[in-house]
Amino acid sequence: MIRCYPALDAGPFDPVWRVVRARWMVVRQEVALNHRLLWSWLAALLALSMVLAACGSAPPAQAPTTAPATTAPATTAPAPTTAAAATAAPAPTEAPAARPGRGAGDTLRLLYWQAPTILNNHLAFGTKDIEASRLILEPLAAVDPEGNFVPLLAEEIPTVANGGVAQDFTSITWKLRKDIKWSDGSDFTAADVVFTYQYCADSKTACTSVAAFRGIKSVEALDEYTVKITWEAPNSYPYQVFTSQRGAIIQRAQFEQCVGDAASTAADCQAANLAPIGTGPYKVTEFKPGDVVVYEINERYRDPERPFFKRVELKGGGDAPSAARAVLQAGEVDWAWNLQVEAAVLQQLASQGGQGNLVTYNTANVERLLINFTNPDPALGEERGQLSQPHPFLTDLKVRQALALAIDRKAIAEQLYGPAGYPTCVLLWYPPFAQSVADIFTDCDQDVAAANRLLDEAGWQPGPDGIRVKDGKRLSMLFQTSVNTLRQKTQELIKANWAAIGVETELKSVDGSVFFGSDPGNPDNIGHFFADIQMYTTGATEPDPTAHLCGWISSAASQKENEWRGTNNMRWQNAGYDALCDQLRNELDPDRRVAIARQMDALIVSDVAMIPLVARPRVAGASKDLKGYNPSGWDAELWDIANWYK
Amino acid sequence: MARYLLRRLLFAIPTLLGISMVIFAILALAPGDPLAQFAADPSVPPEVRERIRESLGLNDPWYIRYVKWLAALLRGDWGYSFASRVPVLDLIVQRLPQTLQVVGVAYLVAIFIAIPIGIVSAVRPYSLFDNLATTFAFIGFSLPTFFTGLLLILLFSVRLRWLPFIYDSTLKVVNWETLWLQVRQMLMPVTVLALFQTGSLTRFVRAAMLENLPADYARTARAKGLSEQAVVLGHVFRNSMIPVVTLLALGVPTVFTGAIVTEQIFRINGIGELLIKSIQNSDTPVVMAITFIFAVLVVLFNVIADVLYGILDPRIRYD
Repeated sequence: MIRCYPALDAGPFDPVWRVVRARWMVVRQEVALNHRLLWSWLAALLALSMVLAACGSAPPAQAPTTAPATTAPATTAPAPTTAAAATAAPAPTEAPAARPGRGAGDTLRLLYWQAPTILNNHLAFGTKDIEASRLILEPLAAVDPEGNFVPLLAEEIPTVANGGVAQDFTSITWKLRKDIKWSDGSDFTAADVVFTYQYCADSKTACTSVAAFRGIKSVEALDEYTVKITWEAPNSYPYQVFTSQRGAIIQRAQFEQCVGDAASTAADCQAANLAPIGTGPYKVTEFKPGDVVVYEINERYRDPERPFFKRVELKGGGDAPSAARAVLQAGEVDWAWNLQVEAAVLQQLASQGGQGNLVTYNTANVERLLINFTNPDPALGEERGQLSQPHPFLTDLKVRQALALAIDRKAIAEQLYGPAGYPTCVLLWYPPFAQSVADIFTDCDQDVAAANRLLDEAGWQPGPDGIRVKDGKRLSMLFQTSVNTLRQKTQELIKANWAAIGVETELKSVDGSVFFGSDPGNPDNIGHFFADIQMYTTGATEPDPTAHLCGWISSAASQKENEWRGTNNMRWQNAGYDALCDQLRNELDPDRRVAIARQMDALIVSDVAMIPLVARPRVAGASKDLKGYNPSGWDAELWDIANWYK
Repeated sequence: MARYLLRRLLFAIPTLLGISMVIFAILALAPGDPLAQFAADPSVPPEVRERIRESLGLNDPWYIRYVKWLAALLRGDWGYSFASRVPVLDLIVQRLPQTLQVVGVAYLVAIFIAIPIGIVSAVRPYSLFDNLATTFAFIGFSLPTFFTGLLLILLFSVRLRWLPFIYDSTLKVVNWETLWLQVRQMLMPVTVLALFQTGSLTRFVRAAMLENLPADYARTARAKGLSEQAVVLGHVFRNSMIPVVTLLALGVPTVFTGAIVTEQIFRINGIGELLIKSIQNSDTPVVMAITFIFAVLVVLFNVIADVLYGILDPRIRYD
């Protein structure tokens, strides 16, 4: 926000304005005005457009750091996943008995530093849109913080035991509640669910949620309140459709004419995208894209006692630090989303502010270092980063081990992340894979001596400048990440750690929208990975880790041939890992699935393909008098807003 | 005069075409991705993002996209925003009132403060008042608005709790009470912007006055026995206003485009905020529309300023 324009603000175009003013003072001397003035304007505008372009690539420190949270359910077994409320126990879920009934509360003020721009969940461009739409549009089932499914529009969660999931896992049958009404008074039926699939199945609609529908053979309504989803092949995780944050059901009557291009271009559809009719506790009364959404109670909501607040106001914009200030210090809002603020600042605001509390809740996100297994040397030209060009030294396991050993993860987590991060040795840091933060930081303490020993053994000798050399190759690396204060500070710490073992590191930071962009012509994104090491946060969006873990298999390597769009951007090749992924995809037994996922995680760590650094719960801020919230890292954080009260 | 105007307006056409092409090319060539938000999210894999890019037409070469954009524009279609999937003009129309309100009021306040200060400073140069005004002016335009903005927030919102720092754009002014709320929430952003603009404007007024005060016609006026007040306000001030008024006219387009930094700090949903967000999200149609409208306004007000100059100074004739 402040980053773009150095020091001005008479308008976005102030620098130009000044040039113009200066120019004008000269020109006014010439009594007869001539065309030169116009040319000077042209020049000024050129300058302006350059300023703009520069800004385009200089975005927000906070851009997409966190992978939007979540989606579905527990590893296959929708039953309780031993939810021993892992690390960050979500705050108060008090006995709803004490709470007064529907509409007893006044306005609930939510603050999102990224403003929602659309309320149709399937066309969402970011987490902010998914959250804002969740008050209106609901999926068949939500996922609670422990990873369990909670039926919303369905009567129960289908399982193999109750016959809802086919024995061979090729289909799932949802029984819908019969008492659900859309906010316009019409009945919610299976036709709406089937339509939601058809809407996104048309690729011209450009649903961003389309990945959940992959591999589906058919979605059919068996009767008015029963929906059957059939896949082409057995699906060990049949719950990703119509659940959690990307599974919202849209009303057929409202969107029927909006399939394909019309979704974005027809006037009725544009209006529908901004004011969808839903089944949720609220409906939109006013929406200014990129600014504010005002909701009021949906009188036809199924629970006559809820929601408590008459009105909800979701304001967007600004930045994370000022959002933290608004909720913790000024008390201007009741809830602030995703307070990605440096630990020191956040703790100071929380302790001195006195107006609000920090609320942390689990996600699967881990900030990690990814190691490039191919050679990113620009001298290779077209062959750069191809599998045919192994990395000169990062393919040496001992070097990778040394790099991992040298890092002080504890310092990074404690000094920089504070309440928003735990040091971790593994990627799967949440139940059922780990039960507490003690489980995830076990054997990866910093050990510089051991790291030095490993490099000595591998034959890397310190050169005259202290940097280790072997066969004429220097241990010198380029380390890239996105522009973000926390990340730059982490880079500095790691650089110092590596200097202690004779490894030279050059740091690079790329603007978030470029670093995470998918444009094939953009050499600075994570897909090209034209550096030796890169760092960012990602993790499964659902309690089931299959999609995330199987993203790193050999065949998914990001290469020129697939326009650098493979999910395995480190180009790690490991046959053992590929085999485990196949097993995981075909295993239907929940316990064995957990065991396989753990093995895969262990293999990533022991082969040092990635170096997990910090497990990242999400941090929100809540005013002191707000109660009943139970944000889930596997679903939208506002998934149970009907239960919130004061 | 009419011929002159016609010539200027015709000349504006190639200028605007050139501007739009350059902006479009730069936007198209700059890396960035509307879906970057989802990059690290395994539930939106790269091929899905690619397909969406394609459906938004982002994979065509830039010149083809430009021709399409221009053709649509000639039919009056500004395109739709990728992020909201609504017509761009709707978004702009929705945000214009806030920007005009806040930035416009700040501009007016700046003018009304700067002119008297500038006059007094010029009439009594290097007096105590002039020194104070000069200091104030330099502070005003040296301090960046994000700094003064934060300072005011910390003081008036966090410490004293007098003023809100989250702008409520849903507020409708229907009675005295809501008017007061509106004034309260506009107070800090307007102050910040006005401080900044007053600073430079004061210096211009002062300079223009100083230039005219020793002029022959002022001496003649005094010799006729006119009071000092009549000389300063009736003669010197009127002549000094010529450059200032044209300057102010040229500043009007910036009022329409808002104030990026101030709007962000106070979360005002103005045009500047829309512009910067759209740039960050690679929402090309919105960026194009705002910058192009700005270009049109600049060209237009440039013509107006020239014409105005002729009216204020009868010595200038356009033939």
